[in-house]
Amino acid sequence: MHEVGIILNAIELAVEKAEAAGATSISRLCLRVGALSGVVPDALEFGFDLASKGTMADHAKLEIVQVPARCRCANGCGEFEPDSPVYSCPACGAISSIVLQGKELDLVEIDVN
Amino acid sequence: MESSSNARVLAVGKAILEKNDGLASRLREEFKRQGIFVLNVVSSPGSGKTELLAKTLRLLTSQIKVGVIVGDLATNHDAERLSGHGAEVLQIETDGYCHLEANMIQSAADQLGVVGLDLLIIENVGNLVCPASHDLGEDIRVTLLSVTEGEDKPLKYPTIFKSSQAVVITKTDLATAVEFDRELAITNISSVTPQAKILETSARTGAGIEAWAEFLLTAQKAKIG
Repeated sequence: MHEVGIILNAIELAVEKAEAAGATSISRLCLRVGALSGVVPDALEFGFDLASKGTMADHAKLEIVQVPARCRCANGCGEFEPDSPVYSCPACGAISSIVLQGKELDLVEIDVN
Repeated sequence: MESSSNARVLAVGKAILEKNDGLASRLREEFKRQGIFVLNVVSSPGSGKTELLAKTLRLLTSQIKVGVIVGDLATNHDAERLSGHGAEVLQIETDGYCHLEANMIQSAADQLGVVGLDLLIIENVGNLVCPASHDLGEDIRVTLLSVTEGEDKPLKYPTIFKSSQAVVITKTDLATAVEFDRELAITNISSVTPQAKILETSARTGAGIEAWAEFLLTAQKAKIG
């Protein structure tokens, strides 16, 4: 489980941003987590309370926006959101390796005081 | 609850792993400048990474200069198994960490001394989940699937397979004993990662090892020219 390390990175980024803006506390972190990021949102939440203790983000709300995978069919059928690990086009059945989104693992914004 | 006039939203818009990713990009550039091809080998624990590499090193080191960085939670057993095949080997003990990160590769590469190498092999910690998220500055990522693990591993752990340029089926000498369904495994691999090259090897009998070594030499030459 590498989510604790990842949430520590997110808190560090948030604290750097908050300090640079002269803030004294962080009340919300908003993360964007893609279905292909290799990160489990529940595990991030599990690690957050412990990881944020004693930092500016102590007691902050962790908001996770999940980003589904999105592909484009190479046969020109358009874009689709796969519903399984096999990215087959719902129109023609061809397997796509053109991934348009889903790898995101970003700190989007924070609320500070 | 609090309506302090100082309350505000700050846009950040940064990749959470930007430090790792940034360092991995710098390592990739540096390795490229030095003409070093870098391979990141991942798999479940016990899929045969070390044995495959030990057998491969014998074929590679007669032709090119190879270095190996091997990661494990504890012990230097794998480094011992990989030494004596003509490559410099360095063990990283992650002390419980479940994957390697770019900063570990940076310091291991410094300790190993990569100057003059043609190929740097990184044997990641045995784990099909966490290594998927961490770029190490490699040129290609290769995932191993041993016949004893079951044909549906690519469906259960799609992220790591999707991020791999090649998949090596290992321990093929045991295929009959474990009733391994080769066709199904290959269908599963290519449906999850259609662009990946699929190789089949047995470190015990030597089957497929030459083709795998040739794949690496070709990929290395394609990069270095």
